[in-house]
Amino acid sequence: MSTYILKRFLQLIPVFLGATLLVYFLVFSLPGDPIVALFGDKPVNEAVAAKLRIQYHLDQPFWMQYLLYLKSIFTFDLGQDFSGRPIAAVLGEVFPVTARLAVMALVFEAVFGIIFGLIAGLRKGKFFDATVLVASLIVIGIPIFVLGFLLQFTIGVQLGWAKPTVSSAATVQDLILPAIVLGLGSFAYVLRLTRTSVIENMSADYVRTATAKGLSRFRVVRVHILRNSLIPVITFLGADLGALMGGAIVTEGIFNVPGVGNRLYRAVLSGEGPTVVSIVTVLVLIYCLSNLLVDLLYAWLDPRIRYDS
Amino acid sequence: MRFTRTSKALGMVAIATLALTGCGGGGSNTAGGSTGGDTSKVIVADGSEPQRPLMPADTNEVGGGKVIDMMFSGLVSYDPSGKPVNEMAESIEGKDGQHFTIKIKKDQKFTNGEAITAKTFVDSWNFGAAAKNAQLSGNFFESIKGYDEASKEGSTVETMSGLKVVDDQTFTVELAQPESDWPLRLGYTAFVPVPSGALKDPKGFGEKPVGNGPYKMADGGWQHNVQIQLVPNPDYNGPRKAKNAGVTFKIYQNDDAAYQDLLSNNLDILQTIPTSALKNYKSDLGDRTINKPYAGNQTIAIPEYLPEWSGEAGKLRRQAISMAINRDEITKVIFSGARQPAKDFTAPVLDGYSDSIPGSDNLKFDAAKAKDAWTKADAIQKWDANETFTIAYNADKGGHKAWVEAVVNQLKNTLGIKVEGKPYATFKEARNDATAKTLTGAIRAGWQADYPSLYNFLGPIYKTGAGSNDAKYANPAFDKAVSDGLNASSVADGNKAMNKAQEILLTDLPAIPLWYQVAQGGWSDKVTNVDYGWDGVPLYYNISGK
Repeated sequence: MSTYILKRFLQLIPVFLGATLLVYFLVFSLPGDPIVALFGDKPVNEAVAAKLRIQYHLDQPFWMQYLLYLKSIFTFDLGQDFSGRPIAAVLGEVFPVTARLAVMALVFEAVFGIIFGLIAGLRKGKFFDATVLVASLIVIGIPIFVLGFLLQFTIGVQLGWAKPTVSSAATVQDLILPAIVLGLGSFAYVLRLTRTSVIENMSADYVRTATAKGLSRFRVVRVHILRNSLIPVITFLGADLGALMGGAIVTEGIFNVPGVGNRLYRAVLSGEGPTVVSIVTVLVLIYCLSNLLVDLLYAWLDPRIRYDS
Repeated sequence: MRFTRTSKALGMVAIATLALTGCGGGGSNTAGGSTGGDTSKVIVADGSEPQRPLMPADTNEVGGGKVIDMMFSGLVSYDPSGKPVNEMAESIEGKDGQHFTIKIKKDQKFTNGEAITAKTFVDSWNFGAAAKNAQLSGNFFESIKGYDEASKEGSTVETMSGLKVVDDQTFTVELAQPESDWPLRLGYTAFVPVPSGALKDPKGFGEKPVGNGPYKMADGGWQHNVQIQLVPNPDYNGPRKAKNAGVTFKIYQNDDAAYQDLLSNNLDILQTIPTSALKNYKSDLGDRTINKPYAGNQTIAIPEYLPEWSGEAGKLRRQAISMAINRDEITKVIFSGARQPAKDFTAPVLDGYSDSIPGSDNLKFDAAKAKDAWTKADAIQKWDANETFTIAYNADKGGHKAWVEAVVNQLKNTLGIKVEGKPYATFKEARNDATAKTLTGAIRAGWQADYPSLYNFLGPIYKTGAGSNDAKYANPAFDKAVSDGLNASSVADGNKAMNKAQEILLTDLPAIPLWYQVAQGGWSDKVTNVDYGWDGVPLYYNISGK
């Protein structure tokens, strides 16, 4: 097990290098000079522009810029953004907010998706099942920004149950509505995955055996049906955490959440290479780690899966 | 709303989940007791994250500019109509438009207790101009003698020879050449004094600025990307004394979110109503809205370095384009009255503005005359029928697509040529082509005044070699007319000369003026006394609770 984990961690190194190189190159290739843009409509003062280019290494060729960036990572100093603040501090501000939002969305979609999916699966073909299936199809079909605006307007503005945007502290309570919007699409997928998986497992031999042994219905459902049905769901959820964190741009925009998506968007527009790469790299690492966690969870859920050679 | 059929089912899901997660409400409905003109209210306003540290000379965009303006007090500030009124200045005197003697008021202090003397001003301005400090707004000091030496690339000169301290309260300014409107510029944020600590550690200062204005930053007031909290400065005694208990700029990523907050009273004042809400904001907000012209305009610059747009033929073509645009229709239909058709190159709120400068007929819609001018141009130099005339704009912000498309259609219909809008993904891409002279067609341009003066709309944009001259327009006659205006002995004479210079522009049309900007804002029912300044920014200090 530990060698397996070690191996997986070593795999992170090429992923990290590849991701940073690729993203850095993409930002570098963006047309337009970010320093010229800083002046807006105002005249560009060449002396000032030259000075700023040197400060942000923009006078260097691509390889040099990238190597300088790598060096800054290994010295634990990610450099500065255009407002002169350490990028590390910026990451420290935005990631907790988005992490909170993503985890809340994940909990929401996992808890409700699994519960609804389980009930729907157990009552296959009944009224509840049919309703849930149709409802989830609708949710999958509607783009997230439509859902976002709709819920913001009805619940935030008209009913006044929640603030339409997130307050300065971005507390858990503030984030409930955005988290629901963010998690709604995946919630429908989790529900459908669980339902299919439950239906499949209900007709499995071991379920019949367990029922024949005289186990209670609750125990059969919990231990034999649900636990076995969760493997595909967990795979999905693991991959989804990364997607939720990176994909929160739209939701963060609608609810004005001061998180990763918002900062990333601004950094891309203004061409702040190091800021973009730093944010994306952390996202990539989160994605890799959550996948590793999922793989380890498999072994716990299904004893047939082993990682020791 | 468009999605009514599905909204019920969605609403049910959402309401059910809300109930299950135990979220009743955000506790937002704290409708406070309302009394007339409550000065104990903290005003919540919309803002955007400053691009640079909050150093006055390094801030050139609205997000930071609003905050700097409220935290600092310069020699003068502008009243709501754009007239300069003294703040730190006791007097600003100068007879020849080139040498000025500035006396500042006694016993002025920054909020950290540091005294403000003539030296403070001179040091602050020198810092802003010196190349080694790389301040974005350094150009504002360019008229002062010695600026060129201090601002040259790699220069080690840190002072401008035109600035001299006489005594604690007095300093003199010598300009490189006479500029009669120079004192008008002193209300711009680049000219404010900064404490000595700022010059030693501008970055650290930019995080926690200390000023002398009507407001100061609350402890830990700048929560990046979230909000900037300002509280009144009790020692401030100028014309902009705070009538509220503070202003909190909540930072928004998009105006739509801010508008939703305004509707639900979580935001007190929204500077600009988003385009998406222009159709219904009046019914949403009732009389809590404002519609006020300010010193800004929108134009399309057509570079003269493009062969089809140079010389006499180019001039006629630009006139044809200008007369083919129905400004009245676009301002009504696309902007619902949020713009006013342009009649010159400046803005109506400015002192000296005239809506009937000879040549302003070129800005009136006249399909027949437009076609006529185009045909005349064709007689000189044939327009290739396969060629497409493009109007470039940046698609990332500002909502320019709708009006560009409208202009495109009008030109197609009137002139019968191929016209297209050309979106740039980002503002910086558009700026890059504009400054590098690599434009292939027209480009959207616009100007927000830095200081209330006709010259500010003419000199920096259309003078030969000027920094914001996207059209690369060069006409010695215009340059001379503008310098005549600067050399004039009085502001009134100067304005006359500036309008003479505009006659040349109205014939040459290096850029085609489209419309003047109108500030359209709204406020919540918790605040009162809302008005906007000459620059389209709310007078935050004047707002109080109900």
